[in-house]
Amino acid sequence: MNSIILLSALGLGNLFLGFRRSNRLLLPVMMLILGLVLTVNFLDWNQGPQSFFSGMLIIDNFSVAFTGIVLLTALVLVPFSQKYVLDEEANLAEYYSLLLFSLVGAIMLASYNHLLMLFLGIEILSVAMYVLAGSDKRNMRSNEAALKYFLMGAFFTGILLFGMALVYGATGTLELSSISFSVQNPVNASLRPMLYIGMLLMLLGIGFKVGAAPFHFWTPDVYEGTPTFFTAFMSTVVKTAGFAAFLKLLVQVFPAATAQGVWLPTLTAMCVLTLLVGNVGAVAQTSVKRMLAYSSISHAGYLFIALVAFNGALEGASANGIMFYSLAYSVATVSAFGVLKLVADARHREDYAGFQGLAKTNPLLAFCLTVSMLSLAGIPLTGGFFGKFFVFMAAVENGYIGLVIFAVVMSMVSIYYYLRPIIAMYMRDADDATTEAVPVPVTTFQSGALLVLALLTVLLGVLPGLLAGVL
Amino acid sequence: MLTVLLLLWPVTAALLLHFFKGKSARVAALGAALLEFALALYAAGFSGANLALGGDIGPKFEFNYSWIPTAGISFHVGMDGLSLLLVLLTTLLVPIILLSAFRRNFENESVFYALVLFMQTGLIGVFTAQDAFLFYFMWEVALIPIYFLAGVWGGVDRARVTFKFFLYTIIGSLFMLAGFVYLYFQTGPTVDGLSAHNASLSAFYNLNLPAETQLWVFWLIFAAFAVKMPIFPFHTWQPDTYTESPAPASMLLAGIMLKMGIYGCMRWLLPVVPLGVDYWQNLILILAVIGIIYGAIIAIRQQDVKRLIAYSSLSHVGLMIAGVFSLTQLGMQGASIQMLAHGINVVGLFFIADAIERRTGTRNIADLGGLTRKAPALTVCFLVLLLGTVALPLTNGFVGEFLLLAGVYQHNAWLGAVAGITIILSAVYLLRMFQRVMLGPDSAHSATFTDLTGGEIAVLVPLIVLVFWIGIFPNFFLSLSEGSVLGILGQVVKR
Repeated sequence: MNSIILLSALGLGNLFLGFRRSNRLLLPVMMLILGLVLTVNFLDWNQGPQSFFSGMLIIDNFSVAFTGIVLLTALVLVPFSQKYVLDEEANLAEYYSLLLFSLVGAIMLASYNHLLMLFLGIEILSVAMYVLAGSDKRNMRSNEAALKYFLMGAFFTGILLFGMALVYGATGTLELSSISFSVQNPVNASLRPMLYIGMLLMLLGIGFKVGAAPFHFWTPDVYEGTPTFFTAFMSTVVKTAGFAAFLKLLVQVFPAATAQGVWLPTLTAMCVLTLLVGNVGAVAQTSVKRMLAYSSISHAGYLFIALVAFNGALEGASANGIMFYSLAYSVATVSAFGVLKLVADARHREDYAGFQGLAKTNPLLAFCLTVSMLSLAGIPLTGGFFGKFFVFMAAVENGYIGLVIFAVVMSMVSIYYYLRPIIAMYMRDADDATTEAVPVPVTTFQSGALLVLALLTVLLGVLPGLLAGVL
Repeated sequence: MLTVLLLLWPVTAALLLHFFKGKSARVAALGAALLEFALALYAAGFSGANLALGGDIGPKFEFNYSWIPTAGISFHVGMDGLSLLLVLLTTLLVPIILLSAFRRNFENESVFYALVLFMQTGLIGVFTAQDAFLFYFMWEVALIPIYFLAGVWGGVDRARVTFKFFLYTIIGSLFMLAGFVYLYFQTGPTVDGLSAHNASLSAFYNLNLPAETQLWVFWLIFAAFAVKMPIFPFHTWQPDTYTESPAPASMLLAGIMLKMGIYGCMRWLLPVVPLGVDYWQNLILILAVIGIIYGAIIAIRQQDVKRLIAYSSLSHVGLMIAGVFSLTQLGMQGASIQMLAHGINVVGLFFIADAIERRTGTRNIADLGGLTRKAPALTVCFLVLLLGTVALPLTNGFVGEFLLLAGVYQHNAWLGAVAGITIILSAVYLLRMFQRVMLGPDSAHSATFTDLTGGEIAVLVPLIVLVFWIGIFPNFFLSLSEGSVLGILGQVVKR
């Protein structure tokens, strides 16, 4: 709870800092805020469930863990916005404040205990993202991305709200445990279809936010058009928070066997489709940014496996799997987008060929991108491997062997496209001499952030025992 | 604890190597590798004394740390005789491989040497792991550095070739991981009761799976080993990768990495799914024998020295696989000692191929000839290593191949007879190469060719000493692995 208050208050304060027109101050302040909130957040660890606003929000270990992941992601992401500072970007304070506000939404998604809070969280998160998607105002692609994201997002928010309304109609409450109770002990059996339709509509609504197929069509275009810094935020924070919300919804609201019969096939189908679309789509891309967009779809698919295999509690193999996976994925993705942003800013291109010769000009960037690609591909020694490992183990334990085999085949496919940037960086020379000669400019601050990310990825990959099973 | 030291030292050294620039990096790397070798020798001396006293055959120098407590996965390493044999091979070859790299000036030297040392950790991890998931983990740790070694410093076609190699091996090992996950869920809880299952080697040995399950689990696990060794028809990545890699990487691949597959079969396949092995034994033997003949025949037609060695390696590894799958003590012991012998010989041959290429700029047999007049030392070294590979009596190859063939013959006389052709065929292609490269009519290079330098001789002398040592007094090496081999066979026959 403290983190929500702090983030909101400091976000507002940050806006006032914008009046001073001093961008140089903004970046350290931003880091300081995020670091402070991150520390405060972990004070709630193992304090037992604390409920706020008449039980509408509950802070427990689950929400602290996911809050920690989104805050950490934001913290390590911020250094890559340094170019805005150097370029004297006019509205930087507003952007940063919007980021902080959207984090508030993300935290609410990890700690809601009432469907209204879920809705509020999603809206706070999304509205900020709609604006940030269009923040590159002079770029048509960015405008297009914002419009697309907003129209589709508004539409699916409607669907989500409609679903909630139907669930409310069928159960007479929006409080999670009460809904769960009336799902198991229905007062009026004829209302069941209404409940199930409401439940499915809610799944679609959140499925859209995490970019699950078949509601993924917006993802590649929006990701490509949005400025890379915010794309990174979208594909990590939004996704992590979305899955935390998903897991909470399934575990706390619809665990009853009868309800499971309705959402489990839907979720399984979405999972298979998402894995297929994400991985096969990524193979065909020529732009690294679009590849990363499809890759983020595919990772939603792996996370769905853990949802399908959940065991009815916010702890245990499945919840831990999602937590570990989100962290490993976020760390690797931030690093990938970070390098992409630096390279794209310097070389003005986002295709694979733009990365050629990077190992010679910027060994550090090449190394960090390699670690992140290997992690996303799930190769041992990186956090991504244990993320997949835990998720797959949870699924096998619950008997979803076919699904895991399919996912493993898909991750074999993914090795193809994750190796392409590595091959371009290390095994091919730049296609013209001028790029070869000029290193991509990187500040110490950014190198530090990249190194931290790479070390974190390797640490997660070597000592997974530190985090596995904490929930 | 010594095993952990053996594991951690190379990777630590690799990290420290970043503080060395240019030529000092190679010296530091060599020093680190020699220290590692000294550690391994100490372990061998300790174990040798233990064996002489008739001590037990279980793993020594054990270290067990609960890696992922909630999943029952532990960082459990230890060395028995067989592991020790391969650790010795690895730690012996790595300094030699590093020395061989001294002749060339690689870009970013410190990174190159760091990757070799990093790979050493992975290799030793594979040979000492006592936990299935740790084994898989180390298996991939060994892959990543060699991919970059071959991909960054390799030949013109390196990107395509190494990509194929990476995909092949990683897909194979994913099957193995799937097999391990399946077996893991069949095991009982850990001692501390934190986890419902555990992945330790002993737990896998104590599984009593029904025969029909073992039939398919066998293939899941074998897929990884089949690609790595490689066995016909999973070998298509091998000749290209060996040829395109820089010489040190080829040595790592053929000298050590190939043994990961054979070791894996002995430790993680035969005793774990004995009924599956029993069922597929003849199929694997036939594939292995096809590989022996196929590799040898293709080697005869090769024009590129490195490619010829690659195919010869395919042929020789076929015989080792056949020996292992004969499930006889002779065959398994033969495979153990032949792993050592083949590692020494193939590294020596690659070293000589590289020496010739550096001097003449070509590996093409047709362009070479008459080199011997100017290079007597090279000729002698080349011939000794070549005869070791051909398996002439008194050389290391003879001990290994004799035992292997005897083992295969014990299992099936016909297969043994066909596999025996390998000795004739390998004499054909290797002596043909020797004759055309070293003897034969003078070529454009024979006048300007220079003999081995002192440094190069220093690399080759230990190898040649070993060729004869293992060939004449193989008993120390055989006794090292004997206990383990008997233990594995006992495990296989038990059911």
